[in-house]
Amino acid sequence: MILGVSFDTAGERAAGTFARSAEPSPIRLTAGDAPKLARATYPLLRDEQHVVAELYDITNVPVAVWIDENGRVVRPPEPAGTYDVVKHMDPATFTVPEEILKRAGQVRTTYFDAVRDWVKNGAKSRFAFSPEQVAAHVREPGDASSRGHACFALAAWLWRNGQREASKRWFDAAVEAQPDNWTFRRQKIAVADDAAIGNFAATPEFFQTAKRQVAEGKRYYDLIDMPGMPSE
Amino acid sequence: MPTLLFDGHETVVEAANGDALWLDASQLPAATGFRLEPQGLCRGALCVPIPPGEKARFVDGARVNVAALAEQLRRPLVSDDAHGVVSVGPEPGSRLAGAEAPDFTLPDFDGVQHSLSQYRGKKVLIMTWASW
Repeated sequence: MILGVSFDTAGERAAGTFARSAEPSPIRLTAGDAPKLARATYPLLRDEQHVVAELYDITNVPVAVWIDENGRVVRPPEPAGTYDVVKHMDPATFTVPEEILKRAGQVRTTYFDAVRDWVKNGAKSRFAFSPEQVAAHVREPGDASSRGHACFALAAWLWRNGQREASKRWFDAAVEAQPDNWTFRRQKIAVADDAAIGNFAATPEFFQTAKRQVAEGKRYYDLIDMPGMPSE
Repeated sequence: MPTLLFDGHETVVEAANGDALWLDASQLPAATGFRLEPQGLCRGALCVPIPPGEKARFVDGARVNVAALAEQLRRPLVSDDAHGVVSVGPEPGSRLAGAEAPDFTLPDFDGVQHSLSQYRGKKVLIMTWASW
């Protein structure tokens, strides 16, 4: 089964529309018409404090985790069939070159075919990791990540309790502790402007940070280590 | 009285004296997942022994110092005194390899609570997303 988890400090106000009805996506990530978000038939959970991000060391969305019938992780957090299109995105129009869209489509198809294979074949699926493979693929978050989460939880709590100005200092502290954590940074941006809540938070800070990361050789979405996926 | 944020739990703490955060031991499991046991402060198979000679820093009668527990676990603690809130970050290091996936309980958009553990026996695909 699928458990959808929304990392939205503004909760219902930010994500309710997406959770309750089919709405056009504000972002064109596939060739052709803007995709429609189908109403989910599985539980969609509100994670206003980003608890799941803290427990699983998730630093961007969409990210997926595979958990088997015994409650063991068989694929740790990884981009959920998402290709790193951001470095190719036009900041003004959010459009992406066709060849990149095609590659993104291949990544998505490969990923969800792998999910179906795992659902059908379980531990025999070539896409399910052994415990050793899981251990080799998990990151080991350090003290900076721990401090970032402590600050972020405090910021989100203040924001949810009406202390908007006070929350800014702690959102900034979370981003400062872990500058490459996109869930910290983008959530901070998303709640800074009350009128923009629920919208795609692609502000100049977002693109400037993405550009800096590209210059440093970092990726917005990591490559997915899976048969059939592109190596670049 | 300050509010404690710990692993997604939110608890009003009895008292904060200096760097200490005292919580009644009966509240400790709901607030932190830990229990006061003869061998120390325990959560599942993990037990944090109270260092010899330091019992007074950890336990005062029926109260437990959550700040001392956090320090022992190398979990950072940040506080906003003006707004009366204290937040404890996670332990450094991954919890994902070789152990059960960390459990969590969250509401859906109709207010119904769901725990990962209630779906044991099924494959679960956690799919994170956001409006932003």
